[in-house]
Amino acid sequence: MARYGMVIDTRRCVGCMDCVVACKTEHGVPEGYCRDWITETVMGESPNLRMEIRTERCNHCANPPCVYCCPTGASHVHERGGVVLVTANMCIGCKACLAACPYDARFIHPDGYADKCTFCIHRVEKGLDPACVAVCPTRCMHFGDLDDPESEVSRLLRTRASHSLLPEAGTDPSIFYLT
Amino acid sequence: MNTLSRRRFLRISAATIAAAGAAGTLGTRGFGRISSSGGSGASGVETVPTFCDICFWKCGTIAYRRDGKLWKVEGNPDDPLSRGRLCPRGTGGVGAHFDPDRLRAPLIRTHERGEEKWKEVTWGEALGFIARRMNEIKAGFGPEAMALFSHGIGGTFFKHTLKAYGTQNIAAPSFAQCRGPREVGFRLTFGDDVGSPERTDIANARCLVLIGSHLGENMHNTQVQEFAEAVGKGSSIIVVDPRFSVAASKAKVYLPIKPGTDLALLLAWMHVIVEEELYDREYVEKFGFGFEAFSASLRQYTPEWAYPETGIDPDTIRETAREMARYRPATLVHPGRHVNWYGDDAQRSRAIALLNALLGSWGRKGGFYQPASMDVPTYPYPEYPEPERPKVDNPDHRYPFAHETLSTGIREATITGEPYPIKGWMVYGTNLLKALPNQEETIEAIRKLDLLVVVDVIPSEIAGWADVVLPESVYLERYDELNVEWFREPFVALRQPVVESPNDQKPNWWIARRLAEELGLSEYYPWKTIEEYLRWRVEAAGLDFDQLRKEGLIRGARQPIFFDEGVVPEFYTPSGKIEFYSPQLEQAGFDPVPRYTPPEPGPPGSFRLLFGRAPVHSFSRTQSNPVLADAMSENAIWVNDRVAERLGFKSGDRVRLRNQSGVLSNPIKVKATRRIRPDCVYMVHGFGHTSKGMRRAFGKGASDSGLITTYKTDPIMGGTAMNMNFVTLERET
Repeated sequence: MARYGMVIDTRRCVGCMDCVVACKTEHGVPEGYCRDWITETVMGESPNLRMEIRTERCNHCANPPCVYCCPTGASHVHERGGVVLVTANMCIGCKACLAACPYDARFIHPDGYADKCTFCIHRVEKGLDPACVAVCPTRCMHFGDLDDPESEVSRLLRTRASHSLLPEAGTDPSIFYLT
Repeated sequence: MNTLSRRRFLRISAATIAAAGAAGTLGTRGFGRISSSGGSGASGVETVPTFCDICFWKCGTIAYRRDGKLWKVEGNPDDPLSRGRLCPRGTGGVGAHFDPDRLRAPLIRTHERGEEKWKEVTWGEALGFIARRMNEIKAGFGPEAMALFSHGIGGTFFKHTLKAYGTQNIAAPSFAQCRGPREVGFRLTFGDDVGSPERTDIANARCLVLIGSHLGENMHNTQVQEFAEAVGKGSSIIVVDPRFSVAASKAKVYLPIKPGTDLALLLAWMHVIVEEELYDREYVEKFGFGFEAFSASLRQYTPEWAYPETGIDPDTIRETAREMARYRPATLVHPGRHVNWYGDDAQRSRAIALLNALLGSWGRKGGFYQPASMDVPTYPYPEYPEPERPKVDNPDHRYPFAHETLSTGIREATITGEPYPIKGWMVYGTNLLKALPNQEETIEAIRKLDLLVVVDVIPSEIAGWADVVLPESVYLERYDELNVEWFREPFVALRQPVVESPNDQKPNWWIARRLAEELGLSEYYPWKTIEEYLRWRVEAAGLDFDQLRKEGLIRGARQPIFFDEGVVPEFYTPSGKIEFYSPQLEQAGFDPVPRYTPPEPGPPGSFRLLFGRAPVHSFSRTQSNPVLADAMSENAIWVNDRVAERLGFKSGDRVRLRNQSGVLSNPIKVKATRRIRPDCVYMVHGFGHTSKGMRRAFGKGASDSGLITTYKTDPIMGGTAMNMNFVTLERET
């Protein structure tokens, strides 16, 4: 079975937020909210500074606490690629998933349901990359099947050093950052 | 003095503000060929190819309509500029259409200028008013008393109307306030401009040197894409910047230079490369002029001499110079874009040109290519009337190497009335109050005018001072002049409407054409519709207009762009060679080889104010775009973290900045960071709007433009250096 994931090259990323803007226009994310965002980590002292810029979103964890804690079954793992989704009309907006997510990836949509990144499953099912991946001017983002050893994402993970976010949380995230 | 808070504001009447989502529905008018083969393929989704206008890069775009309404825009995969991917501003371009703060109808001022009292009028009334005033100006002062400030391709038809009216006083701030010194420095050396898009082969550079140029924050799409490629390939990147920019974080070597001393570093680099004979001897001998005198004058500029000036230790200067030489000719010392910094900018840019010349990168892969273009004839208009007086901006060639019109020269002439009076300004697509240094001077000039017309899409600060405000359709709602691009490969691109304008906005060509009619200049517009005009030009070039409408662009055959591909090395300097020593400059009384002068220090305890770009905004024109404002709604003042601690500020604290002349800024949040030197502070340009019509952007962040009251004019070409201002921080209570 496929397991969709992202491999993001932090060396190429310039943190321009094109991924954020593309997500917002693709999905009509309401003003003041976002499903993906940029973080910067600065290390060292001048002039020997280093900085990692990351585009972050729901990690579509293989061990998703947001799904386990959902009292209605609105949060679920999609049959394709292990993508974590929310069925809006089943969600009661109780925020248990917001509390459970270690990545702060979810928000309550003004219409009352928990919302977050869908890995653009509507695009992926048509053979397209997620909007954030397709727009990226630095081509730092790669989307594919982590379970397929021949996929570009698997190849990148084999050949480059990488890390995921909060591995200690035990969520088994599906997004990896090349360093 | 407090110009920022005492500024008078425009109050655009906005009785009927449509909900953003309700704006812009598709009517029954034809919009060219619509292809339904777009990315989504969903029912009700249609696509239209066009090109972007959120900045001036003109990226090819595929616009999507869903159920007749504008949905999203993506890069056109066939377009050499976007290569299928827009920058964040382009992606957020749909917000320009939905912006609820847009200008909606023509406005005529009803009270004193600056009182912001308006009435909505019809286009006939507005254009009739303008034509009457323009005819009065022509009768009283001659047609040259009208000036046009214009930015971007949309200004083409206004230039045409104004030239037909009889004036050549037409300027873009992009020369004297932005890239002018670079073009002059390269012209004096290689006999040619860098141009836009820059002819830089970043993708193939094995060593890339950025001096204050913050690619990745400065989001010129193709350049950033190529920069990421260079990073991905492991090219050696050297970044010189007082601020640890995003580009610096990708660099092999980061040089945190003392602001204003870049020329000292450039001279020391050239000293090392000449002294150690690391330069491209064959290239220099074949193409160079005056190398002996040039190298002799470099002798004094040792790395040890440069150390106390720049703060960069001599070993690092030597190592980076050798690194550049190691990869030549595929070493690109980037000329930058906004380069009006310290008043010696043409000479600093010339030093960059000379360093590239030593490395042999001009005309070589990984350096500078020779751009190509398609031959598209201009429309056969009648001859323009011969101006009776020369242009007003540069009397007696005071700035001998200014080869474009100086916007600030027109402003000065407007204030002084010398060499002759300027009585009318038309302003298209440029917010002069934020683009030109020292707002007080701009306002003083405006007060001398009999007519100020502003054509804009949003109620910008300059619109706030206008007698007549004309609302333009945004780029997604209009045809425009063809983009006949000079680039790596030649192509022609079409901008065409995707949706209708939501209110009474009109395209630039319609406004300019109707104004010409009101002025009795109809013979200058023989075409009846813009499609007729565009079709004529495209077919005159032997191309298929219907194909252009369907595909958005037509690409020409790729031509040689490097010397070793067959480009004949030609240098349009007086000597016909690369001028290491410049007799032109010497004859005009300037240094024939750049010479270093230390920057003047600021008052004790103050910080030099630097400014730059953010990837989600263009100038001061996008802060009201709801999509882009959502990504970044205000700027921050970057302060060195130790300095901030000493002053008792932490990130998020609100301060006001006071400059050396006492001007106080809007409140702005502190960003305390290791990423900047202790002797300067930095903010993103374009924020701190004072126009009340820009309800979303009003008062968000601070304006660098308001604090730039001191500037220094480059004696070679008239550019206005703006990194000359110093501020202190005052806690906002």
